[in-house]
Amino acid sequence: MSEFLHMGGYAAYVWPAYGLTLAVIVWNIVYARRLLSRSREEARRRLAMRGEEA
Amino acid sequence: MAWTWFHRLGSPPYLYGLAARLTPWFAWSAALCIFAGTYGGLFLAPADYQQGDDFRIIYVHAPSAWMSLMVYTTMAVSAAVGLIWRIKVSHAVAAACAPIGASFTLVALVTGSLWGYRMWGTYWEWDPRLTSELILFFLYLGYMGLRSSIDDTQRADRASAVLAVVGVVNVPIIHFSVTWWNSLHQAPSVMQLAAPTMPASMLIPLLLMFLGFTLMFAALLLVRLQAEILTRERTANWMREAVAS
Repeated sequence: MSEFLHMGGYAAYVWPAYGLTLAVIVWNIVYARRLLSRSREEARRRLAMRGEEA
Repeated sequence: MAWTWFHRLGSPPYLYGLAARLTPWFAWSAALCIFAGTYGGLFLAPADYQQGDDFRIIYVHAPSAWMSLMVYTTMAVSAAVGLIWRIKVSHAVAAACAPIGASFTLVALVTGSLWGYRMWGTYWEWDPRLTSELILFFLYLGYMGLRSSIDDTQRADRASAVLAVVGVVNVPIIHFSVTWWNSLHQAPSVMQLAAPTMPASMLIPLLLMFLGFTLMFAALLLVRLQAEILTRERTANWMREAVAS
């Protein structure tokens, strides 16, 4: 296991590369989902306001 | 007729529903491919005989670089379709692409830099491949900056679409930079017409990563596209059902 983490002496380069990739994937997923739920809420609010006017 | 599917795609309610239905399929198959590819890349693939374990960066670097080009091409093509046929959802697709593309261009640049440091002895060099990829990153940022600086959606769509279409010349420059000029960057070992120059235990995880990242792009794009459509449709009646919780 420690040999695996050591990455043949390249641990300082391999793991940051994988870490950054994972972080960007997670950011993309979280941000896209938050964007959608927020725009659904805003659309709901707009529709409710229009409904009251009509 | 053969063209009706294309016209239906231009209809926001239809596209919204389609995107919502397709998202989980793309998302879960992407997760499966990326998990399998990462496992294969870290545990099953042998260390490279020249580069040792450092070469394993390829499993995150190459698919991110592929994403950076594929997303830009998707963005430019939808922007062009939006400009030529004045299809609004086409601009929505282009706008949804940009942040995804920018983030993976950054990953390609940083992971490439980490890989290059031990192989070339430097984190950065003003090399054709590296420089053109950096320009791609700035094109994405310019596209997003331009959009956010124009309040009127239609004008923002048109202006940013022109930028996206003009910038697409950079895509073949990036791809062929390693063959046209003397570059530090290695020549393609997978994306080439002849057979790939890698053993199967190295290649299969890499292909899984390419597939996984592509599917992930589709899933992310579909989620962002739904958000774009809701914002652009303002108070359209069809949305009452779509956003009912």
